[in-house]
Amino acid sequence: MAVRVQRADFDIGAEVKRLTAGRTDIGAIVTFTGTVRADSAGSGVAAMTLEHYPGMTEQELARVEAEAAGRWPLQGSLIVHRVGTLRPGDNIVLVVTASAHRQAAFDAAAFLMDYLKTRAPFWKKELDANGRERWVEARESDDAAAERWGCVHD
Amino acid sequence: MTVKLLYFAWVREKIGKAEEVLDLPAGIATVADLVAWLKELGPEYAEAFTRPGVVRAAIDRKHVQPASPIAGAREIALFPPVTGG
Repeated sequence: MAVRVQRADFDIGAEVKRLTAGRTDIGAIVTFTGTVRADSAGSGVAAMTLEHYPGMTEQELARVEAEAAGRWPLQGSLIVHRVGTLRPGDNIVLVVTASAHRQAAFDAAAFLMDYLKTRAPFWKKELDANGRERWVEARESDDAAAERWGCVHD
Repeated sequence: MTVKLLYFAWVREKIGKAEEVLDLPAGIATVADLVAWLKELGPEYAEAFTRPGVVRAAIDRKHVQPASPIAGAREIALFPPVTGG
C-alpha cells in the first residue's frame, strides 16, 4: 500500500511493474487513470491548477487505502495524485489495485476513487480559453457515489 | 485560545492570506462559532463565509462538522468542498 502526491507525471506501466515485482499471488490488477478534460468549462479548459493541503492529503489517502484493504482481500494498492498546473490530456490521478481475483480489484479501485473524490483535500481551478479562472464546484453525484459504499468511520 | 488557521482555494483567495495565527475570545466552542466570529473580522472574511454551510473544516488535519468542538485544536483549516480525483 502506498500513496503519493507529486507534481511530476506518472508512468502507469512502471507503477504496475513496481507494485507486482516478484509477486506470484496476484491474479488481477486494475488501474484507473483520471485525466484533464478540455470541455468541462463552457468555453473550454486551457489549463487546470490543483492545490492541496500537504500533510492532511497524504493522511486522508492513506486512511481511504487502509479502509479498502479492510474491505477487500488486496495484495497491493497504490494512489498517485498530481498537483500543480496541468493541461488537457494530462494525467491527474492513478489508482492501482491488485488482488487474487478480479472482483475485489475492480470494487476496491472504484471505492478508492469514489472516496478520495469526497475526502482528499484537493481543489481544482480551471483556466478557460479566454483567460478566465474558475474554481471547480463539488458535484452531488460524487457524494452519492461515495455514499453507496456506506460510511467510512473517522 | 491561540490557534493556527489555514485557508485553501477560494476561501484563501477571498480572505487574502493562506494562514494566520489568531487569539480566539472565550465562548467560541465549535467550528460554527469560529466561522461566525471570523465573519465579523472584516469584509473579506464576510465574503469568504457568505454562503452558510458551504465552507468545510478540518481540525488537526481531520475532517470535522460545524458542531465539532475546537477545544485543544492546534491547526484549523477552512476550505470549500474538495474537488480532487
